[in-house]
Amino acid sequence: MSDVKIDISGLRKSFGQLEVLGGVDQRVEAGEVVCVIGPSGSGKSTFLRCVNLLEQPTAGRIVVDGMDLTDPDTDIDAARARIGMVFQQFNLFAHLSVLDNLTVAQRKVLGRDRAKAESVARENLRKVGLEDKAGSMPGRLSGGQQQRAGIARALAMDPDVMLFDEPTSALDPELVGDVLGVMRRLADEGMTMLVVTHEMQFAREVADRVLFMDGGTIVEQGAPADVIGAPQQERTRGFLARVLDPTHAAPED
Amino acid sequence: MAVETRPAKSGMSKRKRAKLGRGAQYVVLVLIVIVAALLADWGQIQEAFFNVEVVRSLFPTVVTTALVNTAVYTALGFAFGLGLALVLALMRMSSVGPYRWISGAYIEFFRGLPALLVFLSVGFGIPNAFPNVDLNRKVTIMLALGIVGSAYMAETIRAGIKAVPGGQLEAARSLGMSHGRATMTIVIPQAFRIILPPLTNELILLTKDSSLAFVLGATLAQQELTQFGRSALTTYPGMTPILVVGLCYLVITIPLGILQQRLERRFGPDGGQGSKS
Repeated sequence: MSDVKIDISGLRKSFGQLEVLGGVDQRVEAGEVVCVIGPSGSGKSTFLRCVNLLEQPTAGRIVVDGMDLTDPDTDIDAARARIGMVFQQFNLFAHLSVLDNLTVAQRKVLGRDRAKAESVARENLRKVGLEDKAGSMPGRLSGGQQQRAGIARALAMDPDVMLFDEPTSALDPELVGDVLGVMRRLADEGMTMLVVTHEMQFAREVADRVLFMDGGTIVEQGAPADVIGAPQQERTRGFLARVLDPTHAAPED
Repeated sequence: MAVETRPAKSGMSKRKRAKLGRGAQYVVLVLIVIVAALLADWGQIQEAFFNVEVVRSLFPTVVTTALVNTAVYTALGFAFGLGLALVLALMRMSSVGPYRWISGAYIEFFRGLPALLVFLSVGFGIPNAFPNVDLNRKVTIMLALGIVGSAYMAETIRAGIKAVPGGQLEAARSLGMSHGRATMTIVIPQAFRIILPPLTNELILLTKDSSLAFVLGATLAQQELTQFGRSALTTYPGMTPILVVGLCYLVITIPLGILQQRLERRFGPDGGQGSKS
């Protein structure tokens, strides 16, 4: 039996008159890694933020791990506790040490005691290579370290799925590799992941499936070798030409 | 191409003239100070402002009673005002319309009134309107000072909350915290670090506003600094009590400023207290 972790149907989102998502259907199975690519303004970040209801969908159904998030009776906080999210701007809690960043939600949301929360936190910091930064304040870390701490913070909640919203877009180029390495290891361990990214190399090597979004809909999807290697749609080809060979791209009209 | 410069009027370069000008200002300043010092009747001035005999007889009561009372009244008023201000600020940002209206009306009303009017209203209005309510004097001062401070502090706190990046709340929500819990554990603590300087300002303002307690009348043991100074004026010749009382205010406010700087350094952008690893 295939185990569907994320089931999205008829997802629409409008901001006032502006329709950002025009009907998205998508299923992500357990252990699947799905990368979402597309030009800016294509709705891919909004799509991801709808999956844990940071954006309230205008219409459609979102079921994560059997919980219908769009049902008003669903405890959204309990649901979110099982959906890890990693942000482009890291969003580490600036007033808390790295260790406290990892323990605060474990203790206040999951009700774990301090000892348990700290041992889970340290284990996850070890996973992302930051065990020696437990006592540091976030402001003292490099961008790459902050993002890895952000991933560890999400993992400390033992999530069923992980959402990544352009996790390397705010990083200096030489720091991108550390974060992608952590994500690759996570994928190898079988985590279900939905990743909005501009890192084509990562999508090609790690993703099971790639979605190309443009204009608020999924234009093309399939195995990375097909979507990135041999795109069928004109819009996909145009986008990839710009991303993969930016110095030869003609300015868009 | 040659750069055209205006010919110097005095044959001196612009920089040399500026330097000479600064030197002249120093000389004038020093002369003024010397002349003032020579002309002043120092004995008379000391007699008026710093009569050692009067200073001696003001102590220790000015500290043990008046200074302590000022500090206690201020602390009570600030604590009440800060709590009320936090509630008002959260109400002002609430999604519930009536909360926003009530809070907005309260803030507009009380920040526009002179503090003296608030003291009179609380001190004499409440006992008149509610004969059964017997407010203890300290509670009256706490209410009046708190009301005066809360209207300002509510807006300061609201500004601080708005200054915390939205991503902080989103991250907390994404971890499963409710809106209220995320606000209290993640947003408010960061907001207070941001508004530490204006909040210290407000505390210092309240320290001085506590002098308005005089309208409520006071026994000797209840006098705060300003009232103590005023009544001492009638007992002793000269203005010495005013100087002494003034210095006592500084004894409160200057350490507050130092404490603020310390806390700011500690909570600075990089958290300050981070490990050295």
